[in-house]
Amino acid sequence: MKTHYLDANATQPIRQAAREAVAATFDVVGNPSSVHGPGRAVRRILEDARETIALAFCGRPEDLIFTSGGTEADAAAIHALSANRRILVSAIEHDAVRSACPGAGIVPVLSGGIVDLHALEQRLRDGIPSLVCLMLANNETGVIQPVRQAAALCRRFGALLHVDAVQAAGRIPVRLDDLGAHSLALSSHKLGGPAGCGALLLAADAPFFAPLIAGGGQERGRRGGTPAAAPIAGFAAAVRASAGDDPLRLGALRDAAERAAVDCGAVVCGDTAHRLPNTVCLALPGAAAAVQVMALDLEGIAVSAGAACSSGKVQASHVLTAMGLGTLAGEAIRVSLPWNAVAADIDAFAAAYRRVAVRLRPALAPHAGRS
Amino acid sequence: MRVVVAMSGGVDSSVVAGLLHEAGHEVIGVTLQLYDHGAATGRKGACCAGQDIHDARRVADRLGIAHYTIDAEARFAQAVIAPFADSYANGETPVPCIRCNQTVKFADLPDLARDLGAERLATGHYVRRVDGPDGPELHRAADPARDQSWFLFATTLRQLDMCLFPLGGMEDKRAVRDVAQRLGLGVAEKPDSQDICFVPAGDYADVVGKTRPDALEAGEIVTSDGRVVGRHDGVGRYTVGQGKRLGDAAMLRGERQIVVATEPGRRRIVVGPRGTGTDTVRLREVNWLIAEPAGAIRCSVKLRAREQPRPASVRIADGATTVTLDESALPAPGQACVFYQDERVLGGGIIVRDAMSLPLDRLTA
Repeated sequence: MKTHYLDANATQPIRQAAREAVAATFDVVGNPSSVHGPGRAVRRILEDARETIALAFCGRPEDLIFTSGGTEADAAAIHALSANRRILVSAIEHDAVRSACPGAGIVPVLSGGIVDLHALEQRLRDGIPSLVCLMLANNETGVIQPVRQAAALCRRFGALLHVDAVQAAGRIPVRLDDLGAHSLALSSHKLGGPAGCGALLLAADAPFFAPLIAGGGQERGRRGGTPAAAPIAGFAAAVRASAGDDPLRLGALRDAAERAAVDCGAVVCGDTAHRLPNTVCLALPGAAAAVQVMALDLEGIAVSAGAACSSGKVQASHVLTAMGLGTLAGEAIRVSLPWNAVAADIDAFAAAYRRVAVRLRPALAPHAGRS
Repeated sequence: MRVVVAMSGGVDSSVVAGLLHEAGHEVIGVTLQLYDHGAATGRKGACCAGQDIHDARRVADRLGIAHYTIDAEARFAQAVIAPFADSYANGETPVPCIRCNQTVKFADLPDLARDLGAERLATGHYVRRVDGPDGPELHRAADPARDQSWFLFATTLRQLDMCLFPLGGMEDKRAVRDVAQRLGLGVAEKPDSQDICFVPAGDYADVVGKTRPDALEAGEIVTSDGRVVGRHDGVGRYTVGQGKRLGDAAMLRGERQIVVATEPGRRRIVVGPRGTGTDTVRLREVNWLIAEPAGAIRCSVKLRAREQPRPASVRIADGATTVTLDESALPAPGQACVFYQDERVLGGGIIVRDAMSLPLDRLTA
C-alpha cells in the first residue's frame, strides 16, 4: 500500500537541494572554530548558511544563532529575553514555548483561533516589563496570528516579543523587520531541511541576557557546542528551495481536501481566519481523533491529531480547547500538506476519509454508561 | 484477516501478536495506557507510559506491524480504580482485573477493533474459546496453573464472539517463552507482571485511601455476638477469611480467629473462629455464557481465583441468583463466584456482602 504523507507540520520530506548540501558538507573535514584550512572551509559553509537564512527572513547574519532546532530556539529566546520580565504567552503556543516558561501568564484566543489582542493590551497596560510569546502560525489549525499588531502593542508598552515562526517559515513570507518582533524561532525540518538544527534570529535592538548553553563560547558566546555544519548547510538549502514553492498550488490542494472532508460531515476548525496554505484542522463530531488517525493510517494516509507525546498516545488538543471547541477538541485531526504534495495524495485522502467517516459515524454511541 | 491484538508489553500478548502475524494475518497492535506510570511508581520525571508501552512498541517494530497507544487513563480511573476504592469502602474485596476486562478490555477494545475495520480482537489471556453447536464457548486454559477463566466470566457472548485467545491451548508458560525466543521478540524472559497493575509499588490501601479515606478510618473488632475484642485501622484493609492484622483478637479463648464479616457502615470488623462458613452465597451482576437456566443447575464453582472448584447448585428465583455450596465455605464479598461444567465456564457473578454480614446467626461454626 502506498503511503500518502499529509503530516508536514510534524516534519517535511527533505528537499533534494538540502539532501545534496548535507552530503557535500560531510566531505569537508573540520571544526569551524579551528585555525587551520579545513576549519576555515567548514566555517565558510556555516557562515554562508547564516547569511542565506538571516537574509531570507530579513534579519542580520550577526544576529542569527544556530540551535539544535525550534524547541531550543524557543527555550533560548525565553532564557535570553525574560530577565527581570514577566512572561505572557498565548493560549495556543507550542509546548516548546509553554514548557520553557511554566509559570507564564496566558493570553486567551478568540473562537476563530486568533489571539485576543484586547486581552493582551489589558495585560500590558499595567506597565510591568514583559516578554510576550506569540507564534506566527499555529501548528494545529494553521491560523496566522496578528503578530505585527502584537509587536506594535509590545513596543508601545515596552514589552519584548518572541515569535515562534517554526510553522510559518517556508510556507508564507516571514520578515523579521516587517513584523517588528524581537526574535524569531526557526526550524530546519519543518521547511524541508534535515532535523537536528534550527535558529534563533534576533532583531537588531533585541537584548541578550545569557545563553542557554554557554559551552565553549561558540556562536559569539550565545550558544555553546560545535555547530552541526552538515544539517545547517541543508537547512540553508531548504530555505532557498522553499522560496520556489507555489503557495497557491498547495492552497488549492488543501481546499480540495477540506471540501471532501466537509462533504462527509467534518467541521473545519479556524476556517474564519487566514491560515497557512498547507494546513487544515478537521473535526468529525462523535469520532475520537485518535481513532480517526489510526483508521486513516491503516488506509495509508498519514495525518495527526493534537500533540502526540513520546508514548504515541493522543491527548486532547490544548489549542482547540482554548478556542472553546469543547468535545470537538478531542475529535479533530490535522491534515498538513508537504511541499511536494500532488493531486493523487488528495484523491487518496478523500476516498480514505469517506470510508473512515462512514465506518465511524454509525458507531457514535457514547462510551459513558456502557458496562 | 485483520486482527487487533491487545499488547501489554509482556511476553504473553507479544507472543499472540507474533503467532497471528506468523499465521499471515494483518496484525494491529494496540496498547492501553491505563494510568500515569510515572505517578504510580513515584518516580519523578518518569514518562506517563512507562517501560511496558515501550516494550510493546519494540515488539511491534520487530514484527513490522502497526502499533498504536490508546489513552484510556480517564476511562480506567472511572471504570476500574474508582469502583475498586468504593468496593473496599463498602467492606468488599474487589477484583479490579474483572472490572477492567468487563469494561476497558472487552467492551472498549472490540469497539475500537470494529472502528479499525478488524474482524477479531486477540488477547494474551490463558483461556480457550471453543466454537460449539450454539456458538462460542469459554473454556479453561489447557495449563491449569495459568488458567484465567475466573477473571473473564463477565465477558458477554457478543464480546466473546469477537475474541481470539491463542494462548489458551499452550502447554505452559515455558512454551510461550520459547515461542517468544523463536520469534526473536526480545521480551522472552521478561518477568510476569505482579499483583494489581496500577499499584506496582507499595500498598493498595494507599490507592484506596486517596479516593475513599473513609475506608481507612479506624474502628472496632467485634465477635459475632457483638463483643468488642480489638481495634482495626480501616475496613478497607480487611478481607473476609483473613487471619492477619487482628492483634489480640487473633486468638480468643484458645481459638484462632479470622475475619468473618465486615460492617463498613459501623466501621466494624467481625471475627469468628477459623472454620466459620456458610453454604449460601448470593450474587449480583450475574453473567451467563449459556442460555440462562430456568431452574436450578448442578455445577462446580470457584469462589477465588486460585482454588479447586467445589460442587454446588445455582438457582435463579425472583431475579436473584443464589449459590448453595455442598460444603460450607467462607466467600469474600466483592470476589467472583464462577460456575463451571468441567472445563467450560457457564457464568458467574459478584459475591454480595449483606448475605454474609447481616444474618450472622446463619453462620455455622
